[in-house]
Amino acid sequence: MADPMRIRAQAAGDKATVRVLMSHEMESGQRKDSAGKVVPAWYIQDVSASLNGKVVLTAEWGPAVSKNPFMQFVVKGAKAGDKIAVTWKDNKGDSRTDEATVS
Amino acid sequence: MKRWTLALAAIMISGAALAQKSASDGIAEYRAMLADGNPAELFEAKGEDLWKQKRGPKNATLEKCDLGKGPGVVKGAFVELPRHFADTNKVQDLESRLVTCMETLQGFNGAEIAKTAYGRGEQNNVTALATWIAAESRGLKFNLPNSHQQEKVMYEVGKRLFFMRSGTHDFSCASCHGEDGKRIRLQDLPNLTKNPGDGIGFAAWPAYRVSNGQMWSMQLRLNDCYRQQRFPFPLFGSDATVALGAYMGVNAKGAENIAPAIKR
Repeated sequence: MADPMRIRAQAAGDKATVRVLMSHEMESGQRKDSAGKVVPAWYIQDVSASLNGKVVLTAEWGPAVSKNPFMQFVVKGAKAGDKIAVTWKDNKGDSRTDEATVS
Repeated sequence: MKRWTLALAAIMISGAALAQKSASDGIAEYRAMLADGNPAELFEAKGEDLWKQKRGPKNATLEKCDLGKGPGVVKGAFVELPRHFADTNKVQDLESRLVTCMETLQGFNGAEIAKTAYGRGEQNNVTALATWIAAESRGLKFNLPNSHQQEKVMYEVGKRLFFMRSGTHDFSCASCHGEDGKRIRLQDLPNLTKNPGDGIGFAAWPAYRVSNGQMWSMQLRLNDCYRQQRFPFPLFGSDATVALGAYMGVNAKGAENIAPAIKR
Protein backbone atom coordinates (compact mmCIF):
# COMPACT_ATOMS: atom_id res chain seq x y z
CA MET A 1 0.00 0.00 0.00
CA ALA A 2 1.16 3.50 -0.76
CA ASP A 3 2.69 5.74 1.87
CA PRO A 4 0.47 8.45 3.38
CA MET A 5 0.19 11.99 2.03
CA ARG A 6 1.01 15.06 4.04
CA ILE A 7 -1.85 17.56 3.91
CA ARG A 8 -1.81 21.00 5.49
CA ALA A 9 -4.80 23.31 5.25
CA GLN A 10 -4.78 26.76 6.70
CA ALA A 11 -7.73 29.17 6.73
CA ALA A 12 -7.22 32.86 6.11
CA GLY A 13 -10.30 35.07 5.74
CA ASP A 14 -13.02 33.29 3.77
CA LYS A 15 -10.70 30.83 2.10
CA ALA A 16 -8.14 28.19 2.96
CA THR A 17 -4.83 27.31 1.37
CA VAL A 18 -4.26 23.57 1.07
CA ARG A 19 -0.81 22.10 0.53
CA VAL A 20 -0.52 18.42 -0.35
CA LEU A 21 2.62 16.34 -0.62
CA MET A 22 2.10 12.91 -2.17
CA SER A 23 4.47 9.98 -1.98
CA HIS A 24 4.68 8.40 -5.42
CA GLU A 25 7.38 7.15 -7.79
CA MET A 26 5.81 8.84 -10.87
CA GLU A 27 7.72 6.73 -13.41
CA SER A 28 7.33 8.31 -16.82
CA GLY A 29 7.77 5.11 -18.80
CA GLN A 30 10.61 6.74 -20.73
CA ARG A 31 13.50 5.61 -18.54
CA LYS A 32 15.56 2.47 -18.88
CA ASP A 33 17.03 0.44 -16.03
CA SER A 34 20.67 -0.70 -15.77
CA ALA A 35 19.84 -3.77 -17.90
CA GLY A 36 18.52 -1.55 -20.70
CA LYS A 37 14.89 -2.51 -20.21
CA VAL A 38 12.22 0.19 -20.15
CA VAL A 39 10.96 0.94 -16.66
CA PRO A 40 7.17 0.64 -16.99
CA ALA A 41 5.14 3.82 -16.58
CA TRP A 42 3.63 4.25 -13.13
CA TYR A 43 2.07 7.57 -12.35
CA ILE A 44 -0.91 9.26 -10.74
CA GLN A 45 -3.77 9.73 -13.20
CA ASP A 46 -6.62 11.17 -11.20
CA VAL A 47 -6.57 13.55 -8.29
CA SER A 48 -9.58 14.88 -6.46
CA ALA A 49 -10.08 16.97 -3.37
CA SER A 50 -13.20 17.48 -1.32
CA LEU A 51 -14.33 19.86 1.37
CA ASN A 52 -16.59 18.18 3.96
CA GLY A 53 -17.37 15.45 1.43
CA LYS A 54 -18.19 17.82 -1.47
CA VAL A 55 -15.79 17.61 -4.40
CA VAL A 56 -14.02 20.93 -4.96
CA LEU A 57 -11.20 19.92 -7.31
CA THR A 58 -10.52 17.21 -9.85
CA ALA A 59 -7.42 16.90 -11.97
CA GLU A 60 -6.04 14.55 -14.58
CA TRP A 61 -2.31 14.05 -14.28
CA GLY A 62 0.21 12.45 -16.56
CA PRO A 63 3.75 11.12 -16.59
CA ALA A 64 5.26 14.64 -16.77
CA VAL A 65 4.48 15.33 -13.11
CA SER A 66 7.49 14.97 -10.82
CA LYS A 67 8.27 12.25 -8.30
CA ASN A 68 6.71 12.90 -4.86
CA PRO A 69 4.41 15.61 -6.25
CA PHE A 70 3.45 18.77 -4.39
CA MET A 71 0.06 20.38 -5.03
CA GLN A 72 -1.29 23.61 -3.64
CA PHE A 73 -4.76 25.10 -4.08
CA VAL A 74 -7.14 27.56 -2.47
CA VAL A 75 -10.68 26.65 -1.38
CA LYS A 76 -13.27 29.35 -0.97
CA GLY A 77 -15.55 29.15 2.04
CA ALA A 78 -13.41 26.71 4.03
CA LYS A 79 -13.18 27.52 7.74
CA ALA A 80 -11.18 26.11 10.64
CA GLY A 81 -12.46 22.67 11.61
CA ASP A 82 -13.61 21.74 8.09
CA LYS A 83 -12.39 18.48 6.63
CA ILE A 84 -10.29 18.39 3.47
CA ALA A 85 -9.86 14.99 1.84
CA VAL A 86 -7.53 14.30 -1.08
CA THR A 87 -7.56 11.17 -3.22
CA TRP A 88 -5.23 10.02 -5.94
CA LYS A 89 -5.46 7.02 -8.24
CA ASP A 90 -2.56 5.78 -10.34
CA ASN A 91 -2.40 3.92 -13.64
CA LYS A 92 -1.93 0.60 -11.83
CA GLY A 93 -5.26 1.11 -10.10
CA ASP A 94 -3.69 1.79 -6.71
CA SER A 95 -5.22 4.67 -4.81
CA ARG A 96 -4.93 6.50 -1.55
CA THR A 97 -7.10 8.93 0.38
CA ASP A 98 -5.97 11.12 3.26
CA GLU A 99 -7.84 13.67 5.28
CA ALA A 100 -6.83 16.80 7.16
CA THR A 101 -8.63 19.37 9.26
CA VAL A 102 -8.44 23.03 8.30
CA SER A 103 -6.62 25.02 10.97
CA MET B 1 10.23 54.09 -34.84
CA LYS B 2 11.38 56.28 -31.96
CA ARG B 3 8.80 54.74 -29.67
CA TRP B 4 10.07 51.32 -30.63
CA THR B 5 13.65 52.26 -29.68
CA LEU B 6 12.47 53.57 -26.34
CA ALA B 7 10.58 50.36 -25.65
CA LEU B 8 13.67 48.36 -26.51
CA ALA B 9 15.78 50.52 -24.18
CA ALA B 10 13.27 49.89 -21.39
CA ILE B 11 13.54 46.14 -21.95
CA MET B 12 17.32 46.31 -21.88
CA ILE B 13 17.30 48.24 -18.59
CA SER B 14 15.00 45.74 -16.94
CA GLY B 15 17.24 42.99 -18.29
CA ALA B 16 20.25 44.60 -16.66
CA ALA B 17 18.37 44.92 -13.36
CA LEU B 18 17.56 41.21 -13.46
CA ALA B 19 21.17 40.33 -14.09
CA GLN B 20 22.21 42.11 -10.89
CA LYS B 21 20.57 39.37 -8.84
CA SER B 22 23.41 36.96 -8.22
CA ALA B 23 23.23 33.31 -9.16
CA SER B 24 23.28 32.25 -5.53
CA ASP B 25 20.30 34.54 -4.82
CA GLY B 26 18.48 32.78 -7.61
CA ILE B 27 19.29 29.38 -6.18
CA ALA B 28 18.27 30.49 -2.68
CA GLU B 29 14.92 31.68 -4.11
CA TYR B 30 14.43 28.36 -5.90
CA ARG B 31 15.18 26.44 -2.69
CA ALA B 32 12.79 28.61 -0.68
CA MET B 33 10.02 27.84 -3.19
CA LEU B 34 10.70 24.12 -2.95
CA ALA B 35 11.13 24.06 0.82
CA ASP B 36 7.43 24.73 1.28
CA GLY B 37 6.70 21.23 0.05
CA ASN B 38 9.91 19.45 0.98
CA PRO B 39 9.35 15.74 0.21
CA ALA B 40 11.74 14.98 3.10
CA GLU B 41 8.55 15.24 5.17
CA LEU B 42 7.37 12.00 3.58
CA PHE B 43 10.54 10.26 4.75
CA GLU B 44 10.17 11.86 8.16
CA ALA B 45 6.70 10.37 8.54
CA LYS B 46 7.97 6.99 7.35
CA GLY B 47 10.90 7.11 9.78
CA GLU B 48 8.64 7.89 12.73
CA ASP B 49 6.44 4.90 11.86
CA LEU B 50 9.48 2.63 11.52
CA TRP B 51 10.77 3.70 14.95
CA LYS B 52 7.51 2.64 16.63
CA GLN B 53 6.81 -0.41 14.51
CA LYS B 54 7.58 -3.97 15.69
CA ARG B 55 9.93 -5.38 13.08
CA GLY B 56 12.74 -7.82 12.43
CA PRO B 57 13.37 -11.38 13.61
CA LYS B 58 12.90 -10.29 17.25
CA ASN B 59 9.66 -8.44 16.40
CA ALA B 60 10.66 -5.40 18.46
CA THR B 61 10.46 -1.62 18.07
CA LEU B 62 13.43 0.74 18.20
CA GLU B 63 11.90 2.68 21.08
CA LYS B 64 14.60 1.44 23.49
CA CYS B 65 17.42 2.46 21.14
CA ASP B 66 20.08 4.57 22.87
CA LEU B 67 21.23 7.35 20.54
CA GLY B 68 23.53 8.83 23.17
CA LYS B 69 21.06 10.56 25.45
CA GLY B 70 19.66 7.41 27.04
CA PRO B 71 17.34 4.66 25.73
CA GLY B 72 14.51 6.06 23.64
CA VAL B 73 15.57 9.71 23.81
CA VAL B 74 15.37 11.10 20.27
CA LYS B 75 15.06 14.86 20.72
CA GLY B 76 18.49 16.50 20.73
CA ALA B 77 20.34 13.27 19.91
CA PHE B 78 21.17 14.25 16.33
CA VAL B 79 23.11 17.40 17.22
CA GLU B 80 25.43 15.40 19.52
CA LEU B 81 26.44 12.71 17.01
CA PRO B 82 28.92 11.17 16.20
CA ARG B 83 29.86 10.27 19.76
CA HIS B 84 31.39 7.41 21.74
CA PHE B 85 29.11 4.59 22.87
CA ALA B 86 30.16 2.45 25.81
CA ASP B 87 28.22 -0.68 24.73
CA THR B 88 29.96 -0.96 21.36
CA ASN B 89 33.11 0.84 22.57
CA LYS B 90 33.14 2.77 19.31
CA VAL B 91 32.51 6.26 18.05
CA GLN B 92 29.37 6.02 15.94
CA ASP B 93 27.39 8.40 13.77
CA LEU B 94 23.61 8.40 13.52
CA GLU B 95 23.34 5.82 10.80
CA SER B 96 25.89 3.33 12.13
CA ARG B 97 24.23 3.66 15.55
CA LEU B 98 20.83 2.94 14.02
CA VAL B 99 22.20 -0.22 12.42
CA THR B 100 23.56 -1.30 15.83
CA CYS B 101 20.10 -0.79 17.35
CA MET B 102 18.42 -2.68 14.50
CA GLU B 103 20.84 -5.53 15.15
CA THR B 104 20.65 -5.69 18.96
CA LEU B 105 16.97 -4.81 19.43
CA GLN B 106 15.32 -6.12 16.30
CA GLY B 107 17.69 -8.94 15.35
CA PHE B 108 18.55 -7.70 11.85
CA ASN B 109 21.93 -8.60 10.39
CA GLY B 110 23.89 -5.35 10.63
CA ALA B 111 26.64 -6.42 8.23
CA GLU B 112 23.97 -7.32 5.69
CA ILE B 113 22.36 -3.86 5.98
CA ALA B 114 25.76 -2.15 5.63
CA LYS B 115 26.34 -4.08 2.39
CA THR B 116 22.95 -3.15 0.90
CA ALA B 117 23.04 -0.46 -1.78
CA TYR B 118 21.71 2.98 -0.82
CA GLY B 119 18.02 3.40 -1.47
CA ARG B 120 17.30 -0.34 -1.34
CA GLY B 121 15.70 -2.57 1.26
CA GLU B 122 16.64 -1.93 4.88
CA GLN B 123 19.14 0.75 3.84
CA ASN B 124 16.17 2.82 2.70
CA ASN B 125 14.64 2.38 6.16
CA VAL B 126 17.87 3.52 7.85
CA THR B 127 17.72 6.73 5.77
CA ALA B 128 14.07 7.30 6.69
CA LEU B 129 14.83 6.76 10.39
CA ALA B 130 17.81 9.13 10.19
CA THR B 131 15.60 11.73 8.49
CA TRP B 132 13.02 11.60 11.28
CA ILE B 133 15.64 11.65 14.06
CA ALA B 134 17.39 14.65 12.46
CA ALA B 135 14.03 16.43 12.15
CA GLU B 136 13.35 15.89 15.87
CA SER B 137 16.42 18.10 16.53
CA ARG B 138 15.43 20.82 14.07
CA GLY B 139 16.42 24.26 15.33
CA LEU B 140 18.84 22.93 17.95
CA LYS B 141 22.51 23.83 17.87
CA PHE B 142 25.29 21.36 17.21
CA ASN B 143 27.20 20.45 20.33
CA LEU B 144 29.22 17.26 20.01
CA PRO B 145 30.69 16.11 23.33
CA ASN B 146 34.23 15.53 21.93
CA SER B 147 35.44 14.66 25.43
CA HIS B 148 36.10 10.90 25.34
CA GLN B 149 39.60 9.92 24.27
CA GLN B 150 38.28 8.00 21.26
CA GLU B 151 36.16 10.98 20.18
CA LYS B 152 39.27 13.15 20.18
CA VAL B 153 41.14 10.52 18.17
CA MET B 154 38.28 10.35 15.64
CA TYR B 155 38.31 14.14 15.30
CA GLU B 156 42.06 14.12 14.55
CA VAL B 157 41.68 11.21 12.10
CA GLY B 158 38.84 13.04 10.39
CA LYS B 159 40.97 16.15 10.07
CA ARG B 160 43.81 14.15 8.49
CA LEU B 161 41.41 12.47 6.06
CA PHE B 162 39.87 15.82 5.19
CA PHE B 163 43.23 17.17 4.06
CA MET B 164 44.59 13.92 2.57
CA ARG B 165 45.27 14.40 -1.13
CA SER B 166 45.11 11.30 -3.29
CA GLY B 167 43.49 9.62 -6.27
CA THR B 168 43.84 10.27 -9.98
CA HIS B 169 42.94 13.96 -9.54
CA ASP B 170 45.15 14.55 -6.49
CA PHE B 171 42.08 15.78 -4.62
CA SER B 172 41.21 16.11 -0.97
CA CYS B 173 37.98 17.19 0.74
CA ALA B 174 39.82 20.44 1.46
CA SER B 175 40.32 21.10 -2.27
CA CYS B 176 36.66 22.11 -2.46
CA HIS B 177 35.66 22.68 1.17
CA GLY B 178 38.81 24.28 2.60
CA GLU B 179 38.28 27.99 1.96
CA ASP B 180 35.51 30.58 1.91
CA GLY B 181 33.75 31.76 -1.23
CA LYS B 182 34.37 28.75 -3.49
CA ARG B 183 31.80 27.22 -5.77
CA ILE B 184 31.28 24.46 -8.31
CA ARG B 185 29.27 25.82 -11.24
CA LEU B 186 26.47 27.64 -9.41
CA GLN B 187 26.70 25.81 -6.09
CA ASP B 188 28.34 27.59 -3.19
CA LEU B 189 30.74 25.31 -1.37
CA PRO B 190 30.79 25.61 2.41
CA ASN B 191 34.12 25.88 4.18
CA LEU B 192 33.95 22.82 6.44
CA THR B 193 37.22 23.45 8.29
CA LYS B 194 35.29 25.78 10.61
CA ASN B 195 31.67 26.47 11.54
CA PRO B 196 30.16 27.24 8.09
CA GLY B 197 27.04 28.81 9.62
CA ASP B 198 23.51 27.75 10.52
CA GLY B 199 22.04 25.01 8.37
CA ILE B 200 25.05 24.68 6.09
CA GLY B 201 27.15 21.59 5.49
CA PHE B 202 26.91 19.08 8.34
CA ALA B 203 23.81 20.87 9.69
CA ALA B 204 21.81 20.32 6.47
CA TRP B 205 21.99 16.56 5.88
CA PRO B 206 19.99 14.27 5.56
CA ALA B 207 18.53 16.21 2.65
CA TYR B 208 16.14 15.61 -0.23
CA ARG B 209 17.79 15.98 -3.62
CA VAL B 210 15.28 17.42 -6.05
CA SER B 211 17.35 16.64 -9.14
CA ASN B 212 17.15 12.87 -8.62
CA GLY B 213 14.21 12.65 -6.23
CA GLN B 214 16.23 10.83 -3.57
CA MET B 215 16.60 11.24 0.16
CA TRP B 216 20.30 11.40 0.99
CA SER B 217 21.83 10.66 4.37
CA MET B 218 25.23 11.98 5.49
CA GLN B 219 26.80 8.59 4.74
CA LEU B 220 25.59 8.74 1.14
CA ARG B 221 26.65 12.40 0.86
CA LEU B 222 30.21 11.48 1.91
CA ASN B 223 30.15 8.53 -0.46
CA ASP B 224 29.31 10.94 -3.30
CA CYS B 225 32.11 13.33 -2.29
CA TYR B 226 34.54 10.44 -2.61
CA ARG B 227 33.01 9.45 -5.95
CA GLN B 228 33.61 12.95 -7.26
CA GLN B 229 37.21 12.81 -6.03
CA ARG B 230 37.64 9.48 -7.89
CA PHE B 231 38.46 7.67 -4.65
CA PRO B 232 37.31 4.11 -3.97
CA PHE B 233 33.88 4.14 -2.28
CA PRO B 234 34.12 4.15 1.51
CA LEU B 235 32.11 1.37 3.19
CA PHE B 236 28.82 2.28 4.86
CA GLY B 237 29.44 3.25 8.47
CA SER B 238 33.19 2.83 8.08
CA ASP B 239 35.58 4.43 10.59
CA ALA B 240 36.72 6.85 7.87
CA THR B 241 33.24 8.26 7.25
CA VAL B 242 32.48 8.43 10.98
CA ALA B 243 35.79 10.25 11.56
CA LEU B 244 34.92 12.80 8.87
CA GLY B 245 31.50 13.19 10.52
CA ALA B 246 33.21 13.79 13.87
CA TYR B 247 35.50 16.39 12.29
CA MET B 248 32.68 18.28 10.55
CA GLY B 249 30.33 17.88 13.53
CA VAL B 250 32.81 19.28 16.05
CA ASN B 251 33.65 22.13 13.67
CA ALA B 252 29.94 22.94 13.32
CA LYS B 253 29.61 23.60 17.08
CA GLY B 254 26.91 26.22 17.62
CA ALA B 255 25.45 25.90 14.11
CA GLU B 256 21.70 25.48 13.97
CA ASN B 257 20.39 22.21 12.55
CA ILE B 258 17.92 22.59 9.65
CA ALA B 259 18.01 18.93 8.54
CA PRO B 260 16.21 17.41 6.77
CA ALA B 261 16.95 20.10 4.20
CA ILE B 262 16.24 20.35 0.49
CA LYS B 263 18.97 20.50 -2.13
CA ARG B 264 18.91 21.18 -5.85
